[in-house]
Amino acid sequence: MSQVATSRRRVGFIAGFLVLPLALYLTFVIWPYVQTFGYSFTNWSGQSPTFGFVGLDNYTALMKDEVFLGALWHNLLLLLFVPALTILLALFFAFMVNVGGRSGAGGVRGVRGSAFYKIVYFFPQVLSLAILAVLFGAVYRSDEGGLLNGFLIRLGLVDPAHPVEWLNEPDLVLWCLLLVVVWHGVGFYLVLFSAAMQSIPKDIYEAALLDGAGRAQTFVKVTLPLLWDSVQTSAVYLGIAAMDMFVLVSTMTSGQFGGGPDHHSEVMATVLMRNFLYFGKSGYACAMGVVMLVLTMILSLVTLRATRRERIEF
Amino acid sequence: MTTVIKAPGEAAAERSGGGGRRTGEGQNRRSDGMALNVFSHSFLAVWAILIVLPLFWLMLGSFKTDSQIGGSALGWPSNWHLDAFARAWDKGIGDYFANTMIVMVFSVPLTMLLGSMAAYVLARYPFRGNRLIYYFFVSGAMFPVFLALVPLFFMVKRLDMLNSYQGLVLVYVAYSMPFTVFFMHSFFRTLPTAVHEAAVIDGASDTRIFFQVMLPMAKPGLISVGIFNVLGQWNQYILPSVLMQPQSGSDPERYLLTQGLIQLQQQMGYETDLPVLFAGVTIAIIPMVVVYLSFQRQIQAGLTSATLK
Repeated sequence: MSQVATSRRRVGFIAGFLVLPLALYLTFVIWPYVQTFGYSFTNWSGQSPTFGFVGLDNYTALMKDEVFLGALWHNLLLLLFVPALTILLALFFAFMVNVGGRSGAGGVRGVRGSAFYKIVYFFPQVLSLAILAVLFGAVYRSDEGGLLNGFLIRLGLVDPAHPVEWLNEPDLVLWCLLLVVVWHGVGFYLVLFSAAMQSIPKDIYEAALLDGAGRAQTFVKVTLPLLWDSVQTSAVYLGIAAMDMFVLVSTMTSGQFGGGPDHHSEVMATVLMRNFLYFGKSGYACAMGVVMLVLTMILSLVTLRATRRERIEF
Repeated sequence: MTTVIKAPGEAAAERSGGGGRRTGEGQNRRSDGMALNVFSHSFLAVWAILIVLPLFWLMLGSFKTDSQIGGSALGWPSNWHLDAFARAWDKGIGDYFANTMIVMVFSVPLTMLLGSMAAYVLARYPFRGNRLIYYFFVSGAMFPVFLALVPLFFMVKRLDMLNSYQGLVLVYVAYSMPFTVFFMHSFFRTLPTAVHEAAVIDGASDTRIFFQVMLPMAKPGLISVGIFNVLGQWNQYILPSVLMQPQSGSDPERYLLTQGLIQLQQQMGYETDLPVLFAGVTIAIIPMVVVYLSFQRQIQAGLTSATLK
């Protein structure tokens, strides 16, 4: 009898604890995700309650949409360069900070002031993308007032009469944005890799040292394989960030929701937002959302697959 | 530079070196170590400067005049007045700040509470459909927010919660759920069952055990996810920029800080009052600097563990 009462009370407890989180999550996350798939097959404008079913029309139109395809290409470029640059720099610095100060018989240690470097490097991580957008908007200003132009003019590398139009130069704009992402991310991944490096037993390094391994060799043969899991995770995270890019592009570049000059910095997210909020093509925008989802999933799977290696236990 | 100074361990190790051959080798290695140290430090220092310089330059800019900013990037401010800060405050930075705070005062505790509740039940009570609900929660972390944006807007609109604090709070909580549940789930699993059993024998109810025993024990996990959520929600831009727009002329402006800064940037582009923009950003950065410097250890550890889990 009391057994039944207890189990009934337990069911009530479980349900009571789950009902609110589940309800919120279903309403604001899952249901909109599901709806997106549905809307992507319609010509819904977003304004009127009526819309027609158009099958795959939105998707075939996407394949012919030059702006969207250009944006897709930019996302793929970022996808390649953002993780590669960020991870390489972070690994390099992490190795310096943690193993760089090593010396002969004294064992392996980080450089002096490694704590200081970690504090400084990590800081951009707590800044919002909106702050980054304003900050780098000012750094990349296309007159003498921009930090970058100011320096280059002072060094005599740039003619003061014709400063570099960083964010208005079709060939430069995407790379300028890329550097902001790298600037923002390196410190975080440095700390992430440092944490992983510190869990590597010191005697492994000392053994490598005794065997006469140089610094580069130690890094490639010892550190990197043992860090592989974190590198892999980082690649996926950075890849997802590179698929997004909305905040920086929409706020730092010209055009409605950014993307300028002449679509040279366009990414999928900005095209989506413009179609949704500006052109009133909600169904079409939903189709872009679905494409982004599929690409993100493929990306995660490919990254995890391609970088799969045998796990090293220590 | 301090790099040339020998570390104590280094010197001691050298002294302890025995035979001639070993000493020679030690000497060799030592100079090698020093060269490497200089090498490491120069690279590290360059990056440190690249981080600090733009921020410092921007903060200096809030003391300059507009023509001074436009004229040359590298000048030192001619006056040290705070009027740009006052003007930035008048432009609404203070209100945007307050709006962000109001939303987060509700959204962060609610995220932590609801996320922990769901995670706890899923981690420690086997029942039919447990795994299914767990994966259901966690799968949300895989999808880009953009995928949901269009229907989400209309969902919130239908609930008549566009441009309202409570609407944004609920959306923030919902979107923070996947990660919070995922992290807290693995945390609750590691807690010992013995404590739980002891509490049951003492006659505590399930709810009481959760609030008085398990939740306090999960404090380290809560701090990690808490930092993750605070930073994530504080820096959120896309959700508020879609959901927190005045819907009519009479609607109050409830921009959050991130939105407000971007709006200020656009305004100042026309009005050419850059010191105000720089001051606005400085106002937004300074609390982050203070919080970061006070808690940098916890923030670094929290974000790192939250990401690696």
